[in-house]
Amino acid sequence: MFLASFVSGLRGLAAIACFGVLAACANPGPSHPAGEPFDPYEAQNRKVHEFNRSLDRAIIRPAGRGYSNFLPDDIETVIGRFAFNLSIPGAIVNNVLQGNGRGASQDLYRFAINSTVGLGGFFDPASEMGMPAPTDADFGQTLHVWGAREGAYVELPLLGPSTERDTWGKVVDVFTNPLTYVIDDPENYYGTAASVSSRLSDRGRYSDTIDSILYESADSYAQARSLYLQNRRFELGGTGGESYVDPYDDPYEDPYEN
Amino acid sequence: MKTDFSRRQLIAAGAAAAALGTTPTLSFALTDSSAKALVDRIVKEINRVIASGKPVSSMIRDFESIFARYADVNIIARSTLGADSRRATAAQMRAFTDAFRSYIARKYGKRFNEFVGGKIEVKGVRRVKSWHEVRSTVYLRGESPFEVLFLVSDRSGKDLFFDMVIEGVSLRLTERTEIGAMLDRRQGNIDAMIQDLRKAG
Repeated sequence: MFLASFVSGLRGLAAIACFGVLAACANPGPSHPAGEPFDPYEAQNRKVHEFNRSLDRAIIRPAGRGYSNFLPDDIETVIGRFAFNLSIPGAIVNNVLQGNGRGASQDLYRFAINSTVGLGGFFDPASEMGMPAPTDADFGQTLHVWGAREGAYVELPLLGPSTERDTWGKVVDVFTNPLTYVIDDPENYYGTAASVSSRLSDRGRYSDTIDSILYESADSYAQARSLYLQNRRFELGGTGGESYVDPYDDPYEDPYEN
Repeated sequence: MKTDFSRRQLIAAGAAAAALGTTPTLSFALTDSSAKALVDRIVKEINRVIASGKPVSSMIRDFESIFARYADVNIIARSTLGADSRRATAAQMRAFTDAFRSYIARKYGKRFNEFVGGKIEVKGVRRVKSWHEVRSTVYLRGESPFEVLFLVSDRSGKDLFFDMVIEGVSLRLTERTEIGAMLDRRQGNIDAMIQDLRKAG
């Protein structure tokens, strides 16, 4: 029963992905300057950014701080681990879709050990035993592996920086986690609640870093875009980042020439 | 001719020395081990600052001196200014470079308290194009370890690092976005941007 609905779900999303996303992500075109972010929706994105920023200032930031100050650090860590553990089955599915058998089995062992010895994911014996780091595979990455273009940069309401490809990935990932098919209704919300909590906890914990991007930089939109794209390309294993251009070979005047 | 002769002499001397295996190769003075040694020194000093438990203002000063000594601040500053560095005068470049060095020290130095109880370990080194990439891992309390790359070059005449890349995020590129935005806010006026930079961070 579970398996049938899960498989038909996967088949559906694979169809969406193949026919939709591989072709749907916008193409920068040959005249696009290298090293510049591809951001044709900038005007709209900036409006969303302003919305996200005011939401953060009014609700998320104070809530994150309150949450983080209210709960002891150890409890926050435990909730974060619990939420993360529940996300692993989704990563396993994505590893399988990417043909990454090794990643899938590593994540499977991690999930098995942390769910049992780690008392349902509240503890992390897998890391303590020195097991390989979790893959964190998601459907945006699967699309990348399948050859979909990154597409244009987009800033999503609430969720923040993304690309066209990663936005499709996020939509599909709502369905890739098999746990949502096996766990019944009231228990299903524990995972959601835990992941919302852990996001709030992150907002509190990394308060200074996030504040420095959102409220202290000269153009928080451009800064968030740059950070997201650099880090996401790193996660996807690309070295196409501009950091690999030799600054000593810049077209700008060489200070050591004179 | 004299110059010709001395050049020939040098070539001969060089060849002889190379045959004897005594000269280090001139064009590739930077080796894996010297790049790693540089980052080892940086990391040792940073770890010492973290462990010192000094107040933030004093950590910022320490960080600025580490940055000034081991980073190629000239090339980092020039690169963050991007194409606008071509229209900057020499005096503007000097003022910008000075302001930039202190700005980096304030901006990143004030975050050093987050590193208390943590440590950085140098893991390995590899050659990339004309520079060396030294890989290190940062361990912070209650966090998963993350990777920081130091990009080291000797094209300034000294072994210095010209970028730090944290989980794929380059300090140089990130600051280029920031400096570009500051310049836009001042309609491209470099002097006004330098004034702002002295207060930022």
